[in-house]
Amino acid sequence: MTNFKINFRENSDVQIIDLKGYLDAHTAPEFENAIQQIINNKQYKIIVNCKNLSYISSAGLGVFMAYIEEVRKNKGDIKITNASPKIYNVFDILGFPMLYEITKTEEDALKKFSRRI
Amino acid sequence: MKNEIIVESTTSNLVVVRKFVTDVALKSGIDEDTTNRIVLAVDEACTNIIRHAYKNVSNYPIEVCVIQNKNKFEVVITDYGKPFDPNSVKNSDIKDNLKNYKKGGLGMFLMRSLVDEVDFSRVEGQKNIVRLIKYFS
Repeated sequence: MTNFKINFRENSDVQIIDLKGYLDAHTAPEFENAIQQIINNKQYKIIVNCKNLSYISSAGLGVFMAYIEEVRKNKGDIKITNASPKIYNVFDILGFPMLYEITKTEEDALKKFSRRI
Repeated sequence: MKNEIIVESTTSNLVVVRKFVTDVALKSGIDEDTTNRIVLAVDEACTNIIRHAYKNVSNYPIEVCVIQNKNKFEVVITDYGKPFDPNSVKNSDIKDNLKNYKKGGLGMFLMRSLVDEVDFSRVEGQKNIVRLIKYFS
């Protein structure tokens, strides 16, 4: 039974990952592969849209942390958007808002990327 | 009141454990937000067991037992794997870890943040026991 889905989109040079369902230790490797795939293509501007994400545990949070250094070294970023209060609360407990840009909408995240150029 | 489930040590069973704890908590009248916090803490404890106590080897048992009364909701999680020293993961390191992009200790920090009490014990040569407790005043 799979209860997690990833969808890829592009908006100019920004790669958008849509997460759906339950991101835990079982499904985190799938998310890890998705980000790795983007980085392998030398794309470093990434938005993770959490609109349809129902659940996240530390295994999922660890994926954001595993790649952020490499992405920022290459003048990119991983921005998080559309998190429900339940998901945002988990990010917040761990202090993610201090280190990651978490925006309400995807448009806001895209604007932040375009401002950096 | 006591409820128990035993699952094998694979990450595909995390969803089974979450559903079990969610159902018990909601049925006993605990609000959704508190239930979510307890369930995430239980998930983190079981993930630690699979990764560290059982070293990602499946087919070992994880026992999840809920004990509740009007004052508390307690989840007791037992494994028969390697001993675990909770003091090896210090809470104070978490923000520094984040700043240095190190992901170690996230699960332990979450567990301790989400419920009122987290207690680790070991029956030497036999089993590890984690108790996650939410109190109701």
